[in-house]
Amino acid sequence: MIGNIESDMANESRIASTDESKRDFLKYVLGGGIIAWLAAVLYPVLAYLNPPKQGEVEVSSVKAGKVKDIEKDSGTIVRFGNKPVILVRASSGEFRAFSATCTHLDCTVQYRKDLGVIWCACHNGKYDLAGRNIAGPPPRPLDEFKVIVQDEDVLISKKA
Amino acid sequence: MKPLWKRLYDWVDERVELVGLVEFLGKKYVPVHRHSLWYYFGGVSLFLFIIQVITGILLLLYYKSGEELAFESIQFIMSKVQFGWLIRSIHSWAANLFILAALIHMFSVYFTKAYRKPREMTWVTGMLMFFLALGFGFSGYLLPWNELAFFATKVGTDIAGALPFIGKPVMVFLRGGEDVTGATLSRMFGFHIALFPGIFTVLLGIHLVLVQRQGMSEPLGFEGEPTTERKTMPFFPNFLLRDLLLWLLVLNILAILAVIFPWELGRKADPFSSAPAGIKPEWYFLFMFQTLKYIPAQVLFIDGEVLGIVLFGLAGLLWTFVPFWDRRSSRGERNRFTNYIGIFAVIYIILFTIVGWLS
Repeated sequence: MIGNIESDMANESRIASTDESKRDFLKYVLGGGIIAWLAAVLYPVLAYLNPPKQGEVEVSSVKAGKVKDIEKDSGTIVRFGNKPVILVRASSGEFRAFSATCTHLDCTVQYRKDLGVIWCACHNGKYDLAGRNIAGPPPRPLDEFKVIVQDEDVLISKKA
Repeated sequence: MKPLWKRLYDWVDERVELVGLVEFLGKKYVPVHRHSLWYYFGGVSLFLFIIQVITGILLLLYYKSGEELAFESIQFIMSKVQFGWLIRSIHSWAANLFILAALIHMFSVYFTKAYRKPREMTWVTGMLMFFLALGFGFSGYLLPWNELAFFATKVGTDIAGALPFIGKPVMVFLRGGEDVTGATLSRMFGFHIALFPGIFTVLLGIHLVLVQRQGMSEPLGFEGEPTTERKTMPFFPNFLLRDLLLWLLVLNILAILAVIFPWELGRKADPFSSAPAGIKPEWYFLFMFQTLKYIPAQVLFIDGEVLGIVLFGLAGLLWTFVPFWDRRSSRGERNRFTNYIGIFAVIYIILFTIVGWLS
């Protein structure tokens, strides 16, 4: 009698454990299926949000104008590909060009005649005429561009 | 023969049983005490939001998104469309008054500790709506595609780009590319008129259902008073009529502001011109903008702006979760500490806004 009961209990627990492992198996299949399904739905949506890279116009140099048209002690923004570049002519007549994008938060800088510096209106950042950050929040100097005067034309090109 | 409205009511009542709702409204009371004034600012915010939805839909009838169209379409609205100047001015003014009303609502709830248990969810949904309101302001600001908006968006998205690890992808996502271009305008337009209003409406629904379900919060200490000494006012019609009167007043103020100080359009954005002198963000971003000016480029190897956003982010997070760390108010005890934090926040915001305004 007692032996019978014991074997019955053993049988039952065996059945229960195979039931449980069956259930676990189904859980993994279902759970995995849901995760795979979610990934299949979300991946295209997330990929869609990421804008495609636009072919950037590769520009090696641009013509900024004629020497006689650019006043001494002045600065102008020149379009370089799709980035703005600032061309500064010092009072000595010397030309200098830098990326016009402020290294702080992406605003476009300008030449301040009264202060003789390159200035960013957004957060009052200042650079000297060598492009070095001298005051305010900018963390780095402006990237410099090469200026060549060829005959009467002022040409700006990327520094090698 | 019953009047038409009565027959209509019976028709609906027969199908959905309005009795419960009518009984509920009849039993709704608003506590009357010396802080009752603050109860009105939630309603004012709601009213201004409704104004925004209506004027926003009206502007959509003529607005065109796109680098070559946006500025011109608003010029068209303001100069050719009948009362176009009024609708646009009201939309811009109401946006600012909405943020102001929401700010007053938020601080009054904070100082009366109305966020305490059981109203944690009402507070959190309110805070989420407030952040969305700032998002509405930021995204809507770019839509006219003018010079100020162009640089404000450059700066704002660049700040997001300074975040560690996720910064760059977030910035590209917001801009729709590496730079602020027509692609950014399209995205901001989508956020402003579809994504944000959708989420906002859901949050607003939850917020209002919670307020109705739980009733108005009473200030701490009010609960201790004997029931006979508590003064209340029926919500319907007494409080509702006062609400409506105030809404009418706000609408008048809005109309006066829009007529006397029509919103400017400024100059069209030009990616190849310098940021204009005196450029400033909208007043509600000014205190953060001013703080950024004072933080040096590098603080202990951390970029200044990263430090700034991390600090403001943490402060916003703490503020949003105040019901969960201010346990004392939930137990009905006084908590001076949260008051001091609130007073500090108010003084900081006002001070830096004024300094930012003057500089």
